[in-house]
Amino acid sequence: MSETRPLAVGDRIVHKSFPPISRHKLALYCGASGDHNPIHIDLDFAKAAGYPDVFAHGMLVMACLGQALTDAVPPPRLRSFATRFVAITQLGARLTCEGHVAELVEHNGERCAKLALTTKDENGDIKLSGEAVIAM
Amino acid sequence: MVDHSAVGRRLTPVTAHIEPGRLRFFRETLGETNPVYNEASAAQAAGYAATPVPPTYLFCLEMMDAEQAFEFLDVIGADLAQVLHGEQRFTYLAPVMVGDTLRFEPRIAGITDKKGGAMTLAVVETKVTNQHGVHVADCARTVVVLNKVAA
Repeated sequence: MSETRPLAVGDRIVHKSFPPISRHKLALYCGASGDHNPIHIDLDFAKAAGYPDVFAHGMLVMACLGQALTDAVPPPRLRSFATRFVAITQLGARLTCEGHVAELVEHNGERCAKLALTTKDENGDIKLSGEAVIAM
Repeated sequence: MVDHSAVGRRLTPVTAHIEPGRLRFFRETLGETNPVYNEASAAQAAGYAATPVPPTYLFCLEMMDAEQAFEFLDVIGADLAQVLHGEQRFTYLAPVMVGDTLRFEPRIAGITDKKGGAMTLAVVETKVTNQHGVHVADCARTVVVLNKVAA
């Protein structure tokens, strides 16, 4: 984050793209996150639940967005981070995470910026929509 | 059907220790190369006493060290195959770092039917404190239960 001038509404400060989500990535995330829900790694289970294939953990996608966020904002400034999981993220998705300053706010007596965040796939479909509050 | 009387129910508290090896596995899985999460000197320069955790890792810790990771599903009466993650929120109040031992205290904060009962939203709120009794974070997850409705 630039220190040369204060943040202003509309500033696009978060932007990061990620490689396609592979089955291997889902297996690694299962182990690394402690989320052992078989729907993300076991094709038989996913099909029995009515899905055509396994799909990404919402929290894997949120972790990508979090990484894009803390690439742009020093972690000690992060006050809150929230997302809505808008749509299932399919295998092979190439995610792009973006965020801009939506509003300057006072939060617990501290000057903060509220960032509007999105994660989209390669077709531009929104997977996550969220917000973060960061101290100025 | 989801048991609406579960609102207010406290789930079993979880104690999780932040181990460097498990955290490294998470960073490597995500391709996390930010120096603040990887180098002690960068963490210290950012004001941390030890390596901090990435912003979503609290969710992982709570699941990793729970005796029953999907206890809330049993409590509300839903099945793993019929749920999706709807929303997730973290509020950060104090640093969380390698070496910390965290206590997670989850409770069922709300259960709401939507779309004429086709789906139910269940909210689990979790207070997180560290080994010094400092309230370090709050987490809230909304789980979407896709109900089997009669055709």
